[in-house]
Amino acid sequence: MIEALQDLGDYLAAALADDLLSQDIGHGQLNLHIKRPSLLKVLTFLRDDQNCQFKQLVDVTAVDRPEQPDRLELVYNLLSLKLNQRIRVKLTTDERNPVDSASGVFSSAIWMEREAWDMFGIFFSGHPDLRRILTDYGFEGHPLRKDFPLTGFKEVRYDQEQKRVVYEPVNLPQEFRRFDFLSPWEGMLRLPGDEKAEAQKSEEGGA
Amino acid sequence: MAEVQIKPLTLNFGPQHPAAHAVLRLVLEMDGEIIERADPHIGLLHRGTEKLIEYKTYLQAVPYFDRLDYVAPMNQEHAFALAVERLLGVEVPARGQYIRVLYCEIGRILNHLLNITTFAIDVGAMTPILWGFEEREKLMEFYERACGARLHAAYFRPGGVHQDLPAGLLDDIATFCDTFPQIIDDFEGLLTENRIFRQRTVDIGVVSREEAEDWGFSGPMVRGSGIPWDLRKSQPYDCYAELDFDIPVGKGGDCFARYLVRIEEMRQSLRIIRQCVEKMPEGPVQVEDQKITPPKRGEMKRSMEALIHHFKLYTEGYHVPPGDTYAAVEAPKGEFAVYLVSDGTNRPYRCKIRAPGFAHLAAMDYMCKGHMLADSVAILGSMDIVFGEVDR
Repeated sequence: MIEALQDLGDYLAAALADDLLSQDIGHGQLNLHIKRPSLLKVLTFLRDDQNCQFKQLVDVTAVDRPEQPDRLELVYNLLSLKLNQRIRVKLTTDERNPVDSASGVFSSAIWMEREAWDMFGIFFSGHPDLRRILTDYGFEGHPLRKDFPLTGFKEVRYDQEQKRVVYEPVNLPQEFRRFDFLSPWEGMLRLPGDEKAEAQKSEEGGA
Repeated sequence: MAEVQIKPLTLNFGPQHPAAHAVLRLVLEMDGEIIERADPHIGLLHRGTEKLIEYKTYLQAVPYFDRLDYVAPMNQEHAFALAVERLLGVEVPARGQYIRVLYCEIGRILNHLLNITTFAIDVGAMTPILWGFEEREKLMEFYERACGARLHAAYFRPGGVHQDLPAGLLDDIATFCDTFPQIIDDFEGLLTENRIFRQRTVDIGVVSREEAEDWGFSGPMVRGSGIPWDLRKSQPYDCYAELDFDIPVGKGGDCFARYLVRIEEMRQSLRIIRQCVEKMPEGPVQVEDQKITPPKRGEMKRSMEALIHHFKLYTEGYHVPPGDTYAAVEAPKGEFAVYLVSDGTNRPYRCKIRAPGFAHLAAMDYMCKGHMLADSVAILGSMDIVFGEVDR
C-alpha cells in the first residue's frame, strides 16, 4: 500500500512539477501541498489522468491557523474507486484572497465549498451559488475560525409578549469556563538548571 | 393566442412536514406539478459539533458522535475511534475489534430498519413501520445491555470498547439472528412485489454511475447505481478482512434499486453478526496501555499507580502526537469519515466530520429536476437522510 502511494507520489511529482510545493506520506496517506493558482489544474489532472482517476471529491474542509501568515489551510480529500486510493490536496490562503471554485470539476464541491465559506469565510471565485449553508439566516461571522468564541455573539429565544423569536446578545449567568488540564511538567522540555544534562543527551545522540 | 409567461410557483416543503425527515426545509419551484428547481435549506439542527469538539478532550468528544446520526450511533464513534487510534499508533485487541464489528452491524440493521420502513410510509405503506420498530426495540436492548444506553452509547472509545459484554448476551444475539430473517421476508412480502410501492419507486431518481461518482455519493447510493464499492471490503478496518460477506449491487440506480440493496445488506449484516458471535475471541477488549485506557476498578482500589492513571485520564486526558489523518468507515448511510488534526495537546485541533447524507442531499436539486412533487418524497426517503449528521 505504502509503495503504491510512493509510486503515485513520484508520478505526480513528475507530472505536476510546477504546481507542487511538497508532498509527504503521513499515517499511510498521501498529502500534496500545491500552489493556490494551480488548484483547478491539479484537481482536473487527478480526475482525468489514466493513472490517477480520482473521480470522487469526498470532502472539502479547512483548518484555521491564525498564527501563520496564510492562516487558512484548505484540504481536499479525493478518492479513486479504480485504484482504491485516497489522496489529500492542501493549499493555504487568507481571509481576503479568493480560491478558484472546484464546482466545475466536481459537482459535490458545490455544497462543500458553501460550507467552507460559511464556517471559515474562504471566498471561492466562480462558485455558482455561494450562500451560507449551516448557520442561521442573517448570521454574522465564521464560527469555525479560532478567534470566534465558542459561546457565539447572539442568542435566540421566543418572546411571549412580542409573539416571535427575538435575537439578543449572549448573556451568560456564569462566565464561560475553559478548564486547562494541561500538565505544566510535560510541556517543559528543559528543566531550569538542567541545561547540562540536555547538552550531554544531544551529544550522545549525535555520537 | 399570445404566449403567456407563467411565473413558477414557489412551494415551501417543511421544516415541519413529517415526510421531510426531521428538519429539512425544501424550497421548490414548480411548474404545475413538475419540479423545476429544488433548494434544500439545511442547518436547522446545526449544533456546532465540530467547534465543541475542539474544546473537549479526545475522550469527551466521543458522545458527540452518537448525536450525529442518532439512528445508528456506534458507527459514527467507530470513525472517530479509528482516527484517534491511527494518530496514537495503537492496535485494538482482537476481542475489542470483534465486539465493534458486531455492534456496527447491529447498527446497520437498526438504520436500514428505520430507513426502509419510513421510506415505505412516505410512499403510502403503513404496516412496515409498526413491525420494524418492534425489531429495532430488540436491537436497542442489545445496545443497552452492552453499554447501558439505548441510543447515546459512547461505547466505542479510542483504544477499544468501554467494557466487556455481559454474560449471555451473545447467546441472545444468536437467537435474534435465527428469528430475524423471517422478519426480512415479511418486509419483502409487503413491499418488493407491491404494485403501489413499485409504481412509486421504479425509475424514480435515477443516478448513473458517473453521476454517482461526480456527486460524491457513497454507501447504498453508489451500490444502487451498480458500483461494487464498500469500504468494509476495499479498505477493511478492524476485523472485517477476516469475515465472509457479500456486497449487494443494484441495477438501474433508481429508488427501488436502493431499497433492494438495503434489504440485502440486512441479510449480509446478519451473516457478519453470526460469524462474530461464533468466532468471538477471548481476551481484553481495549488496549492495555493505561496511558490511553483507564485501569480496572478493582485495580484502582489497590494500586497507587492505577489511581493516578485514572485521575490523569479523566481530567487531562491523553496527548495525541501531532499530525492529521482521514479515517473513513462504511456507515449504514455511506462513507462516514473524520478528518482529525492534532497539535500534540489533549484536545483535537480540528475535527471535520464528513457525513454521507450531506453529499447526498447536495444532489437533491439534480435528482428532483423534472420529477413530480410526490416523487421528491420518494427520492428523499431513498437517500436515507438523517439531519443529525447533515447539519452536525
